[in-house]
Amino acid sequence: MDSVNTLTLFLYILSTAGYIAYLFLQKAYLQRIGYALLFVGFLFHTLTIGYGFVESDHIPVGNLRETLCMAGWAVAGVFLIIQYRYNIKILGIYAAPFIAFTMVIVAQLPDEPTQTQTIFKSVWLISHVIVIFIGEAAFALACGIGLLYLLQENAIKTKRHRFFFKRLPSLDLLDTVGYACIVVGFTMLTLGLITGFVYAKSIWGRFWSWDPKEVWSGITWLFYAALLHERLAVGWRGRRSAIMAIIGFGVLVFTFLGVNLLLEGHHKDFTKV
Amino acid sequence: MPDIVLLGINHKTAPVEIRECIAFSQDESALALQTLHRMPFIDEVILFSTCNRVEVLFVTQNTSAAIAETKKFIADFNKIPVEKFENALYVHVDDEAVRHVFRVASSLDSMLVGEPQILGQIKDAYRTATSLKTSGVILNRLLHRTFFVAKRIRSETGIGDRAVSISYAAVELGKKIFGTLNKKKVLLIGAGEMAELAVEHLIRNKVGDILVANRTFETGVKLAKEFNGKAIRFEEIRDCLKFVDIIISSTGAADFIITRDHVKGVIRTRRNRPIFFIDIAVPRDIDPAVNWLTNSYVYDIDDLKGVIDENIEDRQREAVKGERIVDEAVIRFREWYDGLDVVPTITALRKKLESIAETEFKKTLQSNKISGQGAEAIRKMTSSIINKILHDPTVFLKKDGMHDNKSLFVDTVRKLFKLDSN
Repeated sequence: MDSVNTLTLFLYILSTAGYIAYLFLQKAYLQRIGYALLFVGFLFHTLTIGYGFVESDHIPVGNLRETLCMAGWAVAGVFLIIQYRYNIKILGIYAAPFIAFTMVIVAQLPDEPTQTQTIFKSVWLISHVIVIFIGEAAFALACGIGLLYLLQENAIKTKRHRFFFKRLPSLDLLDTVGYACIVVGFTMLTLGLITGFVYAKSIWGRFWSWDPKEVWSGITWLFYAALLHERLAVGWRGRRSAIMAIIGFGVLVFTFLGVNLLLEGHHKDFTKV
Repeated sequence: MPDIVLLGINHKTAPVEIRECIAFSQDESALALQTLHRMPFIDEVILFSTCNRVEVLFVTQNTSAAIAETKKFIADFNKIPVEKFENALYVHVDDEAVRHVFRVASSLDSMLVGEPQILGQIKDAYRTATSLKTSGVILNRLLHRTFFVAKRIRSETGIGDRAVSISYAAVELGKKIFGTLNKKKVLLIGAGEMAELAVEHLIRNKVGDILVANRTFETGVKLAKEFNGKAIRFEEIRDCLKFVDIIISSTGAADFIITRDHVKGVIRTRRNRPIFFIDIAVPRDIDPAVNWLTNSYVYDIDDLKGVIDENIEDRQREAVKGERIVDEAVIRFREWYDGLDVVPTITALRKKLESIAETEFKKTLQSNKISGQGAEAIRKMTSSIINKILHDPTVFLKKDGMHDNKSLFVDTVRKLFKLDSN
């Protein structure tokens, strides 16, 4: 399986190179190559994760390596769908390096076999993990789109129409896609929390146990809920929405990694090095 | 071999006072072409005259005499002395003439690099020449190559990609903000050529309702009718800010017509939808501080000019790529042109016949098992057949006194026997 892992990483890095070349040279075929490479990389990635699942008989999120590997996979999958749906070509310049970087870190981490605990084998847990990862991937992309939005808005406001102005799409498209990512992310996060509660109830007998991860997930959820509420209520869009998406992702990364690394709690195992 | 000569003046060599003196109108062009074509040293001729250039392109056997004749003709036709424009005149011969035509048609030589009109103007000039039959084999080929080169440069470089007029630049910006301008509501404040042009461009991009506000309501009504829009009173502008998306302002007012507070007050009602102000007026109509409100964008005339300057720089960078394509095309044309000479054509023709004979000779020997003396006799026979066949065409092509149509016949021979592989 090691060679497949290397191949996957190699494809992601090539895809990144393709997107960087596209950014500078603006040839449409470069973007198509980058997309195709990422797609093939994603297929191999899926294969690895599926293999890990079958082999160990539980969802492979037993240590930091597996968790990050799963995160990279989710971002790749959601990116492929978003790109296909909205044809927002330039997004790859954020997504491909993001995925490649995650996978480089994965390759650096030790691959230790994880002890299977019986509590990991539950339909609720599996759906909890998958749904949460998809949601987090969508938020990661929303953050990238937010960054692109700020770049483009800055170019328009300061009237400097150099590099980015020509390469980035319209503010309207960036805003629409960013919003779509947040809606998807929020829906998934909500489902993830619900399945988590159900799972917690079935294992520990209570829905909520003030675990730091739970608390921070709640904070993240409230943050995105506020963003969506403002958008629906007073039409918050554009710059503010973009900034919120970026900050939101910061909170999310802390919930995802920071809580496990800095605080104690029952999610600790997932980021064990 | 005849020479291809180009003689002309353009905006770089002559001021408008001289250019307007020797410009040819459509009707004059036809007359001038026929007169030029009747001149003893000119075999083929095309004339193009636009507001920025007058150029005569001809094929001649006697370059210096033809140039002198043409100069005199231009002077006589326009009734001005030769000395008056002689200094502004440039003359290019052969490769340089070809290169010049390619560059002009591809808009590399234009005042505004990349402007698309010039190609159409040259096509018109060529049509006139073909209808009067003043162009022949050489110029026909040259002009067809020219159109091909111009098209290639336009599609392969970004020479014509970016807006270089105020109104286009505004539309381009609008697209970067709104994505599509479809159904966007436009408010025109005041009037003026540039503002109205911008509105027309917007309409072509399928914007929605158009509102017109003018100090004098009657003027507004008239203008609104032109754009199929609706006139509003000047006092209603502030209310309109609640729902319009693009505002074009061009009034003579001394103070700001729309201030930061006006816009800030409607942001909530607008539900933060973006709003784009194009301020063409001097002094300005829109408070520049509006630009710093969320989702509002203000471009004044200087900003738009800045955008255009950047775009022009871009086009010039792209023009370098265009020059490379031109260089390539000049070399290709030169290859074809050299082939028009009699000797290489006869050699090529002989080679072609010999290679056919050789193939058939071998086939015959093989299938009939002929060898020795028999084979020798057949070889002799084929080579004398080739010589006999080639005799008359060679004499004809080399004959003196058929200068007039030489390139036509050479070209025909090359085509009949498919001597040019491409």
